[in-house]
Amino acid sequence: MVEGGLWRRWVFFYIPLTLFVFVLLFPFYWMIITTFRPDGELYKPWNAVAYQPFWTNNPTFEHILYLFEETMFSKWMFNTLLIAAVSTVISLICGVFAGYALARLNFPWAGGLGTTIFVTYLVPQTLLFIPLADIIRNFGLGDTPWALILTYPTFLIPFCTWLMMGYFKSIPKELEECARIDGASRFQAMYHIILPVAVPGIMSAGIFAFTLSWNEFIYALVFLSSPEQKTVPVGVTSELIRGDVFFWGPLMAGALLGSIPVAIVYSFFVEHYVAGLTGSVKG
Amino acid sequence: MAQVTIRQLNKVYEGAVHAVKDVNLEIPDREFVVLVGPSGCGKTTTLRMVAGLESITSGDILIGDTVVNDLAPMDRDIAMVFQNYALYPHKSVYDNMAFGLKMRKFDKAEIDKRVQHAADILGIQQLLSRRPRQLSGGQRQRVALGRAIVRNPQVFLFDEPLSNLDAKLRVHMRVELRKLHERLGTTAIYVTHDQVEAMTLGDRVVVMKDGLVQQVGDPMTLYNTPANLFVAGFIGSPAMNFANVTVVGGEGGLWVETKGLKLRLPGALASRAAPLTGKSAVFGIRPEDLRVANSADPAEYSMDCEVEVVERLGSETLLDTRVGSETIVAAVEPMVAVRAREKVRLAVTPDRMHLFDAETEKAV
Ligand SMILES: Nc1ncnc2c1ncn2[C@@H]1O[C@H](COP(=O)(O)OP(=O)(O)OP(=O)(O)O)[C@@H](O)[C@H]1O
Ligand SMILES: [Mg+2]
Repeated sequence: MVEGGLWRRWVFFYIPLTLFVFVLLFPFYWMIITTFRPDGELYKPWNAVAYQPFWTNNPTFEHILYLFEETMFSKWMFNTLLIAAVSTVISLICGVFAGYALARLNFPWAGGLGTTIFVTYLVPQTLLFIPLADIIRNFGLGDTPWALILTYPTFLIPFCTWLMMGYFKSIPKELEECARIDGASRFQAMYHIILPVAVPGIMSAGIFAFTLSWNEFIYALVFLSSPEQKTVPVGVTSELIRGDVFFWGPLMAGALLGSIPVAIVYSFFVEHYVAGLTGSVKG
Repeated sequence: MAQVTIRQLNKVYEGAVHAVKDVNLEIPDREFVVLVGPSGCGKTTTLRMVAGLESITSGDILIGDTVVNDLAPMDRDIAMVFQNYALYPHKSVYDNMAFGLKMRKFDKAEIDKRVQHAADILGIQQLLSRRPRQLSGGQRQRVALGRAIVRNPQVFLFDEPLSNLDAKLRVHMRVELRKLHERLGTTAIYVTHDQVEAMTLGDRVVVMKDGLVQQVGDPMTLYNTPANLFVAGFIGSPAMNFANVTVVGGEGGLWVETKGLKLRLPGALASRAAPLTGKSAVFGIRPEDLRVANSADPAEYSMDCEVEVVERLGSETLLDTRVGSETIVAAVEPMVAVRAREKVRLAVTPDRMHLFDAETEKAV
């Protein structure tokens, strides 16, 4: 807390905090209000009488219904969930093992390898999709979920590896050494001691990977073409923006429903998530 | 139970840190050996090589009659207590202690029997279901000990297990450790940088410095006849006083002399010091071997000092004094009537005098 008089607390704490919260939350509010606003109100000019941009007196579910009846939104949700879940699991498994190896096995060039992995994470997706598109075409995976399940790990694995490496390094080496003296093999020590202790780190890597793949846009846009294969971000923007006509109601409804799973995941694991990022193991 | 033999042990870390140099050590069965030395002298490295956690650059380590150089830690039948205890944070105290037995496929009843027995010995029965983070430092310490003793290993290895405890608890646990050793009789190697711990716990003490063993011996041998200047200064608290002196002959004997101080070397020491006549040497005397002189003390075993500070500790009083250009600390009787900036005459106990070669630093 800020020390001192009341005005200091207002100037240095409450007012900045309020501004911050407002800036962060306003887009969500706008999304929600647009979702439930009837078309008649949405397309009213701003200088019309009784113009109410921040509230509606006639909430409606028509946009949500439109989403489910007139578009393949539920299929998109399913696709996104499947792709995000599978690529997250793949990336987590690889990331945990690679991160452990980089943090603990003193093999030559471990440091250099770690840096290389990190550099691959820095290659922008907007460049990487070109060679990847070629590969996807050669393997005949275009327009299938596999196109994304196999390409998302290209940025998720480096990310998970780095996060897990940092987390493993924060676990005292003695824990593992003690387990090895206690009679565990390297693998048993990892399974019985290190992995359970690393659960917060694994969770935060998982949540982050899940969110990244849930929100991913470029690969999904490039590698998928038929409407029934699309993911939520691509489906919503490509099917609900026709030419220069924006179907604001369904668009926002799609965005709202699409962000619910991520919100749920975050709110469930937020404590672990924070612990994972700040990485602390207390004996 | 087993003896441990260390032969010509060397460790060079990559980056060419020569951490342990030609260490030789025979530890008989049931002995409690303490490795002591200043920070960075290679104690932990030596211990970790015995445990199998660090590779051996050259030399041999034997447990019993087996060369264990290439055995994995789990196959050496040892138990180690780490400085930070390394308790498994996600396991209960019971499971912490049982883990080693489970890994070694003991049956449930036997595991339970052993864990209960160890908990009994250490007085932690009521803590068995807690997690490590719900324990105090001393309790964690006990659990770490318990985890070591349930396995009933050939050798215990301790790496500064008491250094995270507060002073009072440390003294208490020191006694407990000693009792535990009397009771179990397991061969133990204990690493510490605290010479008091080394003296009180060890059957024998190994003093190390810069990767080299300086002296091995039982505590009183180290105290009474330190092999060199380093051991003399390291063992004992308050530390031994040193003065740079010249050995001179005269009046039918040998003397050590420096500004403000001239003392006769007693018989045996004088004959050993004969080759040093005319050369410089380091004279040593422990604070507790000095006392305030009375008129009966001969001049050849006393010196005039100027008191700088008087520290009254209750059980004794420390006089920080100046003799010529040297500082001499004397531990004298508590009620001594001396004040700062006064002159006092101190008497040395002749047969407690030490002399070291100034070049080799070896005891004469
Ligand atoms: N993994 C390592 N790589 C390189 N050098 C090391 C490594 N571990 C220790 N050293 C070096 O080896 C020397 C001995 O270290 P060691 O840990 O054995 O000291 P110690 O006697 O246990 O000291 P302390 O009382 O501080 O624990 C030190 O100079 C240290 O810097
Ligand atoms: Mg150490």
